Amino acid sequence: MNPVARTVLQRLGLGLVTLFIVSIIIFSAIAMLPGDFAKAMLGQSATPETVVAFQREIGIDRPPVERYFVWVGQMLHGDFGSSFASRTGYRRTVAEIIAPRLYNTMFLASMTALIAVPLALGLGILAALYRNGWFDRLVNAVTLTTISFPEFFVAYMLAYLVISRDTFIGSEFAQSLPHWLAVSLNWILNAVPKFPTLSNVNDQTPFWEHVWRVALPAITLTLVIVAHMMRMTRAAIINMLASPYIDMARLKGMSPMAIVLRHALPNAWAPIVTVVAFNLAYLVVGVVVVEVVFVYPGIGQLMVDAVKSRDVPVVQACALIFAATYILLNLTADIISIATNPRLLHPR
Amino acid sequence: MTSYEPMAQVHRLRRSRATRAKTALKKAPFSAWFGILVILGYVIVAVFAHWIAPFGETQVFSEAFAPWSQQFKLGTDQLGRDMLTRLIYGARNTIGIAVATTLLSFAVGVSLGLLAALYRGWLDQILSRAVDVLMSIPSLIFALVLLSIFGSSITSLIIIIALLDSTRVFRLARAVGLNVAVMEYVEVARLRGEGPKWIIAKEILPNVMPPLVAEFGLRFCFVFLTIAALSFLGVGIQPPTADWGSMVRENATLITYGDVTPLLPAGAIALLTVSVNFVVDWFLHATSGLRDER
Repeated sequence: MNPVARTVLQRLGLGLVTLFIVSIIIFSAIAMLPGDFAKAMLGQSATPETVVAFQREIGIDRPPVERYFVWVGQMLHGDFGSSFASRTGYRRTVAEIIAPRLYNTMFLASMTALIAVPLALGLGILAALYRNGWFDRLVNAVTLTTISFPEFFVAYMLAYLVISRDTFIGSEFAQSLPHWLAVSLNWILNAVPKFPTLSNVNDQTPFWEHVWRVALPAITLTLVIVAHMMRMTRAAIINMLASPYIDMARLKGMSPMAIVLRHALPNAWAPIVTVVAFNLAYLVVGVVVVEVVFVYPGIGQLMVDAVKSRDVPVVQACALIFAATYILLNLTADIISIATNPRLLHPR
Repeated sequence: MTSYEPMAQVHRLRRSRATRAKTALKKAPFSAWFGILVILGYVIVAVFAHWIAPFGETQVFSEAFAPWSQQFKLGTDQLGRDMLTRLIYGARNTIGIAVATTLLSFAVGVSLGLLAALYRGWLDQILSRAVDVLMSIPSLIFALVLLSIFGSSITSLIIIIALLDSTRVFRLARAVGLNVAVMEYVEVARLRGEGPKWIIAKEILPNVMPPLVAEFGLRFCFVFLTIAALSFLGVGIQPPTADWGSMVRENATLITYGDVTPLLPAGAIALLTVSVNFVVDWFLHATSGLRDER
C-alpha cells in the first residue's frame, strides 16, 4: 500500500478511537449524576412516583452498557434525546433546540475563519519579509497583547469603542480634555462603523443583515486567533529562509517577495496548516464566551444555559458536537501536514 | 531573593543564591521589572484586602449603579455594593483560587509525570494515553460538562480545572523527566536502593525546576483565564463572592451607557496575565539562554 495512504488511514483510525472514548466519557456524565438529582430537577413537591418516572425517562434504571449503545445509536440517527426542560405532553427534543443554533455558530465560525486565516497569512508573510523592522515589531506587539487578554475583555473593549462613538463627546472625560483634542478624538471615533453591539438574529434574518449583525463577534474572535497563526507563519518562513536553497534563489537575483512566495512558503505549509487548524479548533472554545457577550443565539450560549439549569442531555449533545469538531479539525491538520510533507512519512 | 546570608559563607567561590538573583535582576529588562512590580502590587492588594478595602465585601448600599463619587470611588454595582471594594476583594478571591488550582494541578501533574518518566513501561503507557484522550476535548467544554454534573462550588471548580490542566503539566514533566531519568546519578541512586520518592524529590526534581517554574507561570495565566471565563459565563465562582469574571458580567449593561467601570475588572485580569507573561519570558531567557530567531 502507498505509504501516504497507510499513514493517513492509521491517523483516521486513531481519530475514530479517540472519538469513541470521548463519547464514552461524555455519556458517563449522566451516569455520574448524584442520586438525588431527579428530586433536585423536579423540585420539592415531586412525589416518589414522578421521581421514578423521571428516572425511567432518562434511563437510569437500565444497565449502563446497554444505555450507551442505545444513546450512540440514536445519536447516529440524529436523535439526541429529549431535554430535561420537556414536560409530559410537551416534548422538546435536543435536536430541535440545537439545529438552528448550530447553524448560527457555524455561520459565525466560518465568517471568522474567512477573515482571520487570509489576514494571518498575509501579516505573517509581510512580517517575515520585513523582519525586525518597525512593521514586524508593531504587529508582534499588538498580537502579543491580544493573546494575553481574555476574550470577553477584547469583546467588551470593541463594544465600548462602538458605543463611545456616540457617547464620547458628551462624557465628563471629553469635557476635561482640551477642546481640539476632544473634537479630533470624536472625529476618529466617528470613523468606527456603527456595528450592532447585540447580535440578535433569527431564522428570518436576511444573509447580509446576518453578516452585519455578527460583525463584532467575528472581529473579536479574529483578534483572538490571528496572533498565533501569524506568529507561526512568520517563524516557519524565517526558519526556511535560513536554508541554502534560499541563498541560491537570492543569488539568482529573485526579488524577496518571490523568494518567500515561491520558495519558502511551499515548504512551510505543514507547520502553518497545523497551527491554522489548531486555532480553528480553538474557535470552538472562543465562540462560547463571545456568543454570551454579544447575546448571539449560538450553540455555545445554549450550552452555558444548559449547564446552569443542569440540563444534562443538552450539555452532552453540545459537548459531543464541540469535541467532534475539535478532533476532526486536529485530524485534518495532521492529514494535511502528512500529505504536504513527505518527510514526515519516515519518522526516525 | 531576600534570604539572609551569614558572613561566614562569604569566602565561598560560588556566589550565593541572593547575589546571583540580584545580578540577574539588575540585568532584567524593563518589561520584567514592570511585570514583577505589578505582580507584587496584586499580591499586596490580595493579602491585605481586608484592610485596604473601604467597605465590606458584601455590604449593600441603597443606590445601585451609582456613578463615581467621593464616597464610592468607582461607583456601585447592580446591587449597590461598592465597586472598588469588590475589585479589591476580587483580587484575593480570583487570584487565590487560581493559585490553589495551579498548585494542585502541578502536584498531580509533576508527580505523575516524573513517575511515568522514571518507570516507563505500562504505567507510562496508561497515563500517557489517558492524557491524550483528555486533551482531545477542549478543556473549557470539558469543564462545562463536569460543572453541570457536580454543580458550581469553589471546591469542585478547583478540582475540575486542576485535573484538566494537570494533563499539560504531566506532558511537560514527563518530557523533561525522561531526559534526566537516564542520567548516571539516577542510576546510582537506584542501585543504592533509594525509593522512588527520594529519587524524584532529590535527584530528578532539582534538575527539572527551571522549565517547570516557567510553566507554572504560563499555567497560572491559563487557569486564571479559564476560571475568569467560567465565572464570566456564570458557572464559575458564585455570588456573593466578589470575583472579576462575574463582576464584568453583572455590570455589563453599564457599557451600553458609555461607562467604563465594567471594563476595570476585565482590565485587571488582562494586566495580571500580561505581567506574568513578561516575567516568564524573562525567566526563560535568563535560565535557558533561549534566543529569538534572527
